[in-house]
Amino acid sequence: MAISMKKHEMPVQAPADRIHNFDEVALGYDEETAVAEAERCLHCKVPQCRKGCPVSIDIPAFIAKIKERDFDGAIAKIKESNALPAICGRVCPQENQCEKHCILAKKGEAVAIGRLERFAADTFMAKNEPVQPAAIAPDAQKVAVIGAGPAGLSCAGDLAKRGYKVTVFEALHKAGGVLSYGIPEFRLPKDKVVQREIDNIKQLGVDIELDCVAGRLFTVDELLDEEGFDAVFIGTGAGLPRFQNIPGENLNGVYSANEFLTRTNLMKAYKFPEYATPIHVGKKVAVVGGGNVAMDAARTAMRLGADEVSIVYRRSEAELPARKEEVGHAKEEGIQFRLLNNPVEIYGDDKGWVTGMRCIKMELGEPDASGRRRPVPIKGSEFDMDVDTVIIAIGTGPNPIIMQTTPGLETTKRGNIAADELGATSKPGVFAGGDIVTGAATVILAMGAGRKAAAAIDEYLQSKK
Amino acid sequence: MFKILKKEEMVPNVFAMTIDAPRIAKKAQAGQFVVLRIDEKGERIPLTIADYDRETGEILIVFQPIGASTQQLAQLEAGDALLDFVGPLGQPSVIKKFDGTVVVVGGGIGVAPIYPIARAMKAAGNKVIAIMGAKNKDILIMEDYMKQVTDEILVTTDDGSRGIKGFVTYAVQELIDRGENIAQITAIGPGIMMKSVADATREAGIRTIVSLNPLMVDGTGMCGCCRVIVGGEVRFACVDGPEFDGHQVDFGNLMNRGRMYRGEEAEAKDHVCRIGLH
Repeated sequence: MAISMKKHEMPVQAPADRIHNFDEVALGYDEETAVAEAERCLHCKVPQCRKGCPVSIDIPAFIAKIKERDFDGAIAKIKESNALPAICGRVCPQENQCEKHCILAKKGEAVAIGRLERFAADTFMAKNEPVQPAAIAPDAQKVAVIGAGPAGLSCAGDLAKRGYKVTVFEALHKAGGVLSYGIPEFRLPKDKVVQREIDNIKQLGVDIELDCVAGRLFTVDELLDEEGFDAVFIGTGAGLPRFQNIPGENLNGVYSANEFLTRTNLMKAYKFPEYATPIHVGKKVAVVGGGNVAMDAARTAMRLGADEVSIVYRRSEAELPARKEEVGHAKEEGIQFRLLNNPVEIYGDDKGWVTGMRCIKMELGEPDASGRRRPVPIKGSEFDMDVDTVIIAIGTGPNPIIMQTTPGLETTKRGNIAADELGATSKPGVFAGGDIVTGAATVILAMGAGRKAAAAIDEYLQSKK
Repeated sequence: MFKILKKEEMVPNVFAMTIDAPRIAKKAQAGQFVVLRIDEKGERIPLTIADYDRETGEILIVFQPIGASTQQLAQLEAGDALLDFVGPLGQPSVIKKFDGTVVVVGGGIGVAPIYPIARAMKAAGNKVIAIMGAKNKDILIMEDYMKQVTDEILVTTDDGSRGIKGFVTYAVQELIDRGENIAQITAIGPGIMMKSVADATREAGIRTIVSLNPLMVDGTGMCGCCRVIVGGEVRFACVDGPEFDGHQVDFGNLMNRGRMYRGEEAEAKDHVCRIGLH
């Protein structure tokens, strides 16, 4: 039988329905579709897909298990390298990672590796198998993990499995980091997926303390010197939103994407006033930026009742950093893409509310340091957009609180923590990983960094014994 | 959960609550704030710390029920608990021995966060003069507290029922006119009050610190909701502040951003009323 050059479609909620709710959009493969998709895998002698995976999951092996309908075997294979498969199967940019290298992608569409990963993870979750607590001796060495996002959670989980007593300190009132405050429910369900993964890590024997702002409630030095921790992992992420620094950004109706998404996801403002946190969405919304966060903000604005939502991005479609699937979903939902445009000013009325945004048209010039063609403004091409809400989604930087309060912790020029490949920082016993080291990147990279650091912390503590 | 140990209605419609939060009390410093959440559906409410006791592990908060959430907070009693209580947040006040008098100005419930600053300034060896403003004599708060940590208190009331009739700026002007050698003024209160104090001291060139109270969500630098314009630059009140140079703050923008959710607030209050909380 000839192999289909197309992926099996994944069922989704119809666009006309889903723009009125926050339920998950992509519904996942059923068993037959998953097995049929797994059969598309050629099992290359030298599998290229693995090279594209930031945590080197043995992709052909787990796909082979799905083909054999050994779903427990499939998830076991994935979990050898990935602590959060139900999450990564949903949010990894597979087309730039594993699937990019799939041999089938040369002639047609790659094997749907991400969808298969999600299938294996969801099938396992549906079984509700209790997690076995890790064997942690009462006198085990203690590790503090700062930040309960992807990096911190995977580091904590691995350390518990290695027998350490781990306490995770989270600043917000909910664990999960960007998984809880940033990525919307319709892309990553909170109770069904995120909370389940967090509960599993707690089941292992990890303590998670919420409402603890490290650097304020305690310092890294105090954790080591006074509170009896033998090592510290810092995984505080890229939390500080950047703005464009153009006139009008402080008008009412201008949000950072972080604020817009935090109000909606973490504070559940979409259920206002049942939930007490308000959000204000006008009729015409512009989202500035082209990454996943921009797509999330745009699609959230649509669901909150905006009439018209546009993505305003300074490069062209080919350069959009967002996952392809999310760009597709956004288009289906009626989000307009106003590409090769850059805002230069936001203006408002005499009451201080946004009434419009001036943009300038851009063209692509020579490639810049990132290898992407540099957007260049076209002189005299300014035009006005009629908008009443502007959401800035142009990236985030490191939160400075820990660096300001931890003497001896070296930082990079960009304000990130300087750490080596394994997460070791300039301060003995202090490790770091995820966005706080790399700058804003992906869930899978943060998770991988957390796991590498767990191994390095293990080695460090063994040598200290 | 964070237990409410004591609740007191200091003057009509101004409440003080003592919260059991030993870890925060151990670290709190003058000028810092907390963020609290009443329950699972609650919003994150930022409140400046009015007092802390490292020995007993208590934090004092003072608030006026204005929106739906603070109204709900006012319904709670001693023995109840808050779901979340996060802090201490923000940069502490700069406390040192100044070359001259330190003046602290509190308007309305702004007296509450002024108290720990006055206390710390006094402890650092400064001559401290407090200006306390209220609409009338019956709603003046924390006078007993302030007496213990200041060398002199000037009271102003809008209706003249106590002290100087008029705004706190009248008292500031009085100090300037009598030749008081003022090294620094810290003013906390409504935006318009802080703006007036900053305007009053600008010409005399008196260093004026204000503690800003913009809308906030997380309070840790993550969302940018609390951004304010200071010296023409965007700053986050939660991590860069809450205290800033009053002569540099764009108060018009601060007050305008404070009105962003007026419509929603009315809706929420209506919602609270309809479900019969009071």
